[in-house]
Amino acid sequence: MYVAVKGGERAIENAHRLLANARRGDQSVAEVTLDQISEQLGLAVDRVMSEGSLYDRELAALAIKQARGDLIEAIFLVRAFRATLPRFGASEPVDTGAMRVQRRVSSTFKDIPGGQILGPTFDYTHRLLDPSLAEGFVPQAPALAEASTAPTPRVTDILGRDGLIETSPQAEDGASVGDLTREPLNFPADRDLRLQNLARGDEGFLLAMGYSTQRGYGRNHPFAGEIRFGEVEVEFAAEDVGFAVPLGSIELTECQMVNQFKGSASEAPCFTRGYGLAFGQSERKTMSMALVDRALRAHELGEEVGAPAQDEEFIMSHSDNVQATGFVEHLKLPHYVDFQSELGLLRKLRKEFAEASAGANASDAMKEAAE
Amino acid sequence: MTQHNTQQAQRQAAMAVLAHAEAGEIAARLRTISLPGHQDLRAPESGLVMLRGRIGGDGAPFNLGEATVSRAAVRLASGEVGFGYTLGRDGEKARLIALCDALVQSRDFGAAVERDVIAPLREQLMLRRSRAAEETAATKVDFYTMVRGEG
Repeated sequence: MYVAVKGGERAIENAHRLLANARRGDQSVAEVTLDQISEQLGLAVDRVMSEGSLYDRELAALAIKQARGDLIEAIFLVRAFRATLPRFGASEPVDTGAMRVQRRVSSTFKDIPGGQILGPTFDYTHRLLDPSLAEGFVPQAPALAEASTAPTPRVTDILGRDGLIETSPQAEDGASVGDLTREPLNFPADRDLRLQNLARGDEGFLLAMGYSTQRGYGRNHPFAGEIRFGEVEVEFAAEDVGFAVPLGSIELTECQMVNQFKGSASEAPCFTRGYGLAFGQSERKTMSMALVDRALRAHELGEEVGAPAQDEEFIMSHSDNVQATGFVEHLKLPHYVDFQSELGLLRKLRKEFAEASAGANASDAMKEAAE
Repeated sequence: MTQHNTQQAQRQAAMAVLAHAEAGEIAARLRTISLPGHQDLRAPESGLVMLRGRIGGDGAPFNLGEATVSRAAVRLASGEVGFGYTLGRDGEKARLIALCDALVQSRDFGAAVERDVIAPLREQLMLRRSRAAEETAATKVDFYTMVRGEG
């Protein structure tokens, strides 16, 4: 029998009204603006753009405000928004080698061409809470130095000149670029799909998985060959215009992980690579992504496979926090009918168990009496 | 062919500047020119472009994530068609870029739009970039070696 249950409309409406008030908080406190979120909580905006898989600072700031600072809820809102817009096409691949670098460090070479550039970083801060930031803080103007016009080549390009590191896989002629927003996921997945999945994957999940490889679950001996953050230009080959149109620039973080490789019967020993790329300044995310990207190549490189971080089906099926939160949080929605049938079954099983026990006791008693 | 390539390079260079300017800045600069008649060929619209990176930075492309993009097209009374594309959801900015692109192609207005709109915006952009580069340069590490003992 099917029973439709209705009700709760007024409760839901009033709950949303109450939410709007809870979101606003004490109205004697100034309302936070989107500019304030974008300018002063910039790394939260970067994370929502990366995992929401949509580069638009203003929308990400709005999502953070609407979600009351719950970043996974904000990511959910951004993903839902992107489904409302048509897609004009795909950009030309961005050139991270031509990045206007704001930060660029290597833990493998001290003297890299272009130098070690710290940029705006939490590194080397003492992680002590700063009471002067509580109100009315005005920072000292940034120091200035003569800017160099020398290029900042990728560290992997430098290693590549001596053949000490594997080259990046090149596209085969006419090969299409996999897109998991258009086609359902199938395994085994190629590296383009894996990187797309990781780029929008949950930072916490990737951090834990990357960390697990360092602790020995699929160890791959990483060095942070290079981390760079800055602006790259985006171009779009617009059909109506007939040439690649500059669209403006975006901020990206790139991590090149350099890993050990023993070599094989057919290949000389050389360093291998794991790659991370994300919107905005997302260093922890791209480092974790690069560790997991490399771990997922274990099979391709003939390494022993067995750790969770090396299992592409496990990683790719659980990295998306919108999917994950949807399935976990759906448990709180009404399951009254499901639960009623479980309850009915449980009562029946308990009754059978009680009857069986009673029967067994009775036969034991008879046995004793006979003896 | 060469002339065509030169004009294409000019249009790309103009777009590369305009995409970094605010709609209000472009509009203010355009007000200094007495504009010819023009109409929208394609009304401003917003959509998405999938942004691509490369595996390892220099390998096969992969899809990184999307960005909001606005576009528009404008035709001058004299027939030139201009296109405007920009990151973000500012349709008016896309329309202004399209208008500039049409003007860049016009024999009568090409020089004026370069001089009064694009050149000043380019200068402003270069100033912003060099300032940022100087701030960044100040955070470059200078290594020195500590000499221990009598040497």
